[in-house]
Amino acid sequence: MCGLCGILRLTASAPPVEAEVLAGMIARIGHRGPDEQRLRIEPEIGLGHARLSIIDLATGSQPIHNEDRRIWVVFNGEVFNYPELRRALQAQGHRFYTDTDTEVLVHLYEEYGDDFVEHLNGQFAIALWDGRHRRLVLVRDRVGIAPLYYAERDGRLLFASEVKALLPALGEAPRMDPAGLDQLLTFWAPVAPRTLFAGISELPPGEMLIAEGGRCRRRRYWQWQYPEHPDGYLRDTPESLAESLHDLLADAVRVRLRADVPVGAYLSGGLDSAVITALIHRRADVPLRTFSLRFTDPGLDESAFQRAMVEHLRAAHTAVPVTDELVANGLPAAVWHAEMPMLRAAPVPMAALSAAVRGAGYRVVLTGEGADEVLGGYDLFKEAKIRAFWARQPDSRLRPRLLRRLYPYLDMTRGQGQVYLERFFGMGLDDPSGAFFSHLPRWTTTARTKQFLSPAYAGAAVDGALAGLAEALPAGMRRWQGLERAQYLEARTLMAGYLLSAQGDRMLMANGVEGRFPYLDHRVIEFANRLEPRLKLRVLREKHLLREAMAGYLPAALTHRHKQPYRAPDAAAFFRGTTPAFVDELLAPGKLADYGYFDPSRVSRLLAKARRGGITGFADNMAFMAVLSTQLWHRQFVEDYHRQFVRLRPEGLRQAVTIEAEA
Amino acid sequence: MTHRQQLRDYILENYLFTSDASALDDDASFLERGIIDSTGIMEVIDFLEERFGVQVRDEEMIPENLDSVNRICRFLERKRAAA
Repeated sequence: MCGLCGILRLTASAPPVEAEVLAGMIARIGHRGPDEQRLRIEPEIGLGHARLSIIDLATGSQPIHNEDRRIWVVFNGEVFNYPELRRALQAQGHRFYTDTDTEVLVHLYEEYGDDFVEHLNGQFAIALWDGRHRRLVLVRDRVGIAPLYYAERDGRLLFASEVKALLPALGEAPRMDPAGLDQLLTFWAPVAPRTLFAGISELPPGEMLIAEGGRCRRRRYWQWQYPEHPDGYLRDTPESLAESLHDLLADAVRVRLRADVPVGAYLSGGLDSAVITALIHRRADVPLRTFSLRFTDPGLDESAFQRAMVEHLRAAHTAVPVTDELVANGLPAAVWHAEMPMLRAAPVPMAALSAAVRGAGYRVVLTGEGADEVLGGYDLFKEAKIRAFWARQPDSRLRPRLLRRLYPYLDMTRGQGQVYLERFFGMGLDDPSGAFFSHLPRWTTTARTKQFLSPAYAGAAVDGALAGLAEALPAGMRRWQGLERAQYLEARTLMAGYLLSAQGDRMLMANGVEGRFPYLDHRVIEFANRLEPRLKLRVLREKHLLREAMAGYLPAALTHRHKQPYRAPDAAAFFRGTTPAFVDELLAPGKLADYGYFDPSRVSRLLAKARRGGITGFADNMAFMAVLSTQLWHRQFVEDYHRQFVRLRPEGLRQAVTIEAEA
Repeated sequence: MTHRQQLRDYILENYLFTSDASALDDDASFLERGIIDSTGIMEVIDFLEERFGVQVRDEEMIPENLDSVNRICRFLERKRAAA
């Protein structure tokens, strides 16, 4: 991937584009593109690009232009089908001056206007300036792999790959958006376009923003869709559908191996990444290089399954050990890169993993991310299925017992824990066709973190998270089946907002590594969304069709393995060894009162509980991580604003930034 | 300090994170009010066994015995009467 930024003057009276500000912006995201940083400044617009060279290392500098140099583009991401697009465009008479995937964008736009995006198979954030019609088009990929943020200020539209590149141009410290925090403390992340930063928006996945004539408007070009009628489903035999899924995935992997640098892969020990590595392995032209995390806590570790796969594939493999110290000391940098508080420490080890990739000389990895959302893998989907089955006979004593099969660790050795499970998972049983039915238990547990908000902040963050999401739901959702509604909510909230961002792009790009996700190829998604739910979740067997499709290519131990969620040590990691100084400093009552988000006396009690090792459950862990990471967020982006984003601005100019300007 | 008082202090400190006694109604359901979840109830049982020297048997682990301050107090009384 790369980083981009820019400033567009929306009105004639808006201040001019200053090279120094633009250089300060791109310097803040230099980690995304360590190979080269360039700016282009015209009277109306300035574009900045930080490049991570992956395709056409020699001549791929951005911005890139069309034949008459009136259409310019800066681009973060990849267009995997660029060779095919390029051939078609050349046949239509377009001339190319580079071998990049980026250059197809300007010519596609010339041919198809704003619909050019529909031809792209890839992951992308694009800023395209059409100088002939004085219009700027910002585009984000369908599912939210590549980030893109924007803000309007003083008659100018500011945009960038990360918020930290917008901050130098704002001129004042940002403020927390209470509604953004409210959503984060419910869904794990704000729902785009909302962010944690008041006045700064995230372009939602599948949308474009068009700025022309002094105005900005958003347009949706892609949406997660499921059949609204039975005849919308694929009708082939299960065997033939499994074969189609296999072929689609193999092709999704094939195009994602396109790069002028070597490509590695993450291996978690689960089914999804095993499938990806097996598909790479079958291609004799690509040597397989794999990377994984290894935990000292046996409850979190999947090393045995990783080794089984590595031996099966005879891959060169690196396992990165994760210690409490790594998690505790790595949190500030993780919050800095993610730009949001986190309810789990899980992103921190992902930064150590990408550092190992970079250290081994790799800058691209394929991962199994997205398989659970696209093909029906999460326990939450099974949980919702059982709850819906139970809701048809709410008095049944036997139906809720199925929940025990799902959460064996909750099947308490002490007998009657079942009753407690029933109370918990019984919520919403009166409305099993409600849009949020599948997610109510999880969101309710997560929202318990809000009890630590200060009275002032809890009042400001009125409980509107669900209402805000309800407004944004697709009209046809009521006609989808239960599993499909759950898949949509998962993709829209947790995957786009957290997994692909705080735990994905940001932890990869912190070390200049690009992730590629074959399961999120839109051809795979659009195929999977037309599969009958029973082909994804067969009774309680998750990702049924994927297992059928790949059975012959994997060790049996992996094909039959029950999914283990990826987790890292949370609150305990900060107290089992030496507690980092920032914990006591940021959780001190004075600091909590000063920042204003949380109730100091409640947090003191939570901290005391954590210190004596008393935090064991999900809710307390999430609360501890939320409070600590929110305090870190405030310190780095608000309290230290001047030092981080204003005073050190010339540092960007001291780097080798190339500036081209046209009057 | 009475059992009730000790129990209330424990719940306030560890699950409501406050010393404000009015935050806990003795009839409030721990589950319905989201005060204690299904894993938290194990900690409460540990506390009862350790602090009050009672033994909670498997078949006694039901909301009727454990889901509010009042229910736990009545449960403790029954246990003591039976002993």
